Amino acid sequence: MNHRIIPRLDIKGPNLVKGIHLEGLRVLGRPEFFAQYYFEHGADELMYQDVVASLFGRNSLQEIISRTARASFIPLAVGGGLRSIADISDVLRAGADKVSLNTAAVRRPELVREAALSFGSSTIMVSIEASKEDGLYRAYVDNGREPTGVEVLEWAQQAEDLGAGEILLTSVDREGTGTGFDLELISMVAQSVSVPVIAHGGAGSVQDCFEALEMGLADAISVASILHYDLIREREVWEHDDAEGNVVFLKSGRSFSKIQPAGLDEIKTFLSEKGVSCRHA
Amino acid sequence: MPRVAIIDCEIGNLFSVKNVCEFVGLEANITQDHEDLLLADGVILPGVGAFGDAIGNLERLDFLSPIKDYIASGRPFMGICLGMQLLFTESEEFGQHKGLDVIPGQIVRFPSQRTGSRIVKVPQVCWNRIHPSEDGGQPWDGCPLEDVDPGEYMYFVHSYYCVPDDPSVTLCRTTYGDTTYCSGLVRSNVFATQFHPEKSGSQGVKIYKEWAARLADGRRES
Repeated sequence: MNHRIIPRLDIKGPNLVKGIHLEGLRVLGRPEFFAQYYFEHGADELMYQDVVASLFGRNSLQEIISRTARASFIPLAVGGGLRSIADISDVLRAGADKVSLNTAAVRRPELVREAALSFGSSTIMVSIEASKEDGLYRAYVDNGREPTGVEVLEWAQQAEDLGAGEILLTSVDREGTGTGFDLELISMVAQSVSVPVIAHGGAGSVQDCFEALEMGLADAISVASILHYDLIREREVWEHDDAEGNVVFLKSGRSFSKIQPAGLDEIKTFLSEKGVSCRHA
Repeated sequence: MPRVAIIDCEIGNLFSVKNVCEFVGLEANITQDHEDLLLADGVILPGVGAFGDAIGNLERLDFLSPIKDYIASGRPFMGICLGMQLLFTESEEFGQHKGLDVIPGQIVRFPSQRTGSRIVKVPQVCWNRIHPSEDGGQPWDGCPLEDVDPGEYMYFVHSYYCVPDDPSVTLCRTTYGDTTYCSGLVRSNVFATQFHPEKSGSQGVKIYKEWAARLADGRRES
């Protein structure tokens, strides 16, 4: 199979942000700009995550979705704060192709079944935010903030049984750190479900991407920092944005020491050379 | 501006289909009213989700005969993903379900497969290549794939695939795991793809452009 490389864009209000361990957000710029750039440079799919959906109104997200869907002809997945069939319907109507459910699905697993019946399994992704405690991976909700005690592997298998079409698997421990994907977590889940697993959290280099697909057996990977910092380095986009939040970091021109920025073409060239198949011209 | 009716059988994202239709200069109307097919220059049957639900919804909305009548009229018809599968005789998805039976054949599920320690996942959710059908299929020239390069990647999401009784309708083939199957077909005015051209980047947009040109031609002739 051809492994998908999916840029992940965390949204706060009108801005693209990036945090560490899903917290400590920095403003990077306008999400539509990044999305369009990734679409034009070979992204296989796009993923928007509203990181503060439970705290603020959702109008800006709807607008971002619509503008992105009109201009990019690749799949767009949206997650964050979706609690009901009506919420899912709103996001799909705005132009998303898929949704990811985390908190609401953990609290009420039947939502996954209802959503899969209403919109088709391929539209419903269950997002699992995993952290290891006492040797066991457990699911977190509310952007990695709240422990649930739910065991990750059991939940992944249950999600599949309920009709989830894909599993988005985030390592909260690695997210934003650039220290590599959690290969143990990914391979554990990827080998235990028959639906595709998208690995997310920890990519710091092209080598990390390769390892998640080859050793972790992920079907797809979702990548944020290394792409965003590459784009920023290339285009100095922050100059064109009115940003809210910590932009001093951006203007300093530095990125995280652990992150080795790389563009989509660079990632796919590296993967192809290593014999990992992906859509690459 | 040629008018296209996009049939809404209440499953899946129709926004992206409407969006790309407008992008290539069509007036697109998402409809649950079968009378809209009478005036349309082209009809698209999109769809994701389960075969049985979709056929059930089409039946309830009284679309089954109007779709067949429309196809018999010779005007351009496009089926996408589940919309391709619905054209067939029957599907084994969740028990046997009867389809529109416009294209004789069956819908079957991808087998469980492994390559090494890796499970070949079902549904297939990825970009995959489309290749011209070798022995005796339909040529790409003169159909909406005309401007697409052989071996180009398209975006697929599906667990079941089409097996036409008459392999000569096959326009393109795709291989997933060890299964090589019919991923696109053409039979006179009916064009259908298992992949989603509206989600397949600029190559997919080309397919809509070509199809839209046919609608414009049909409008001039009538």
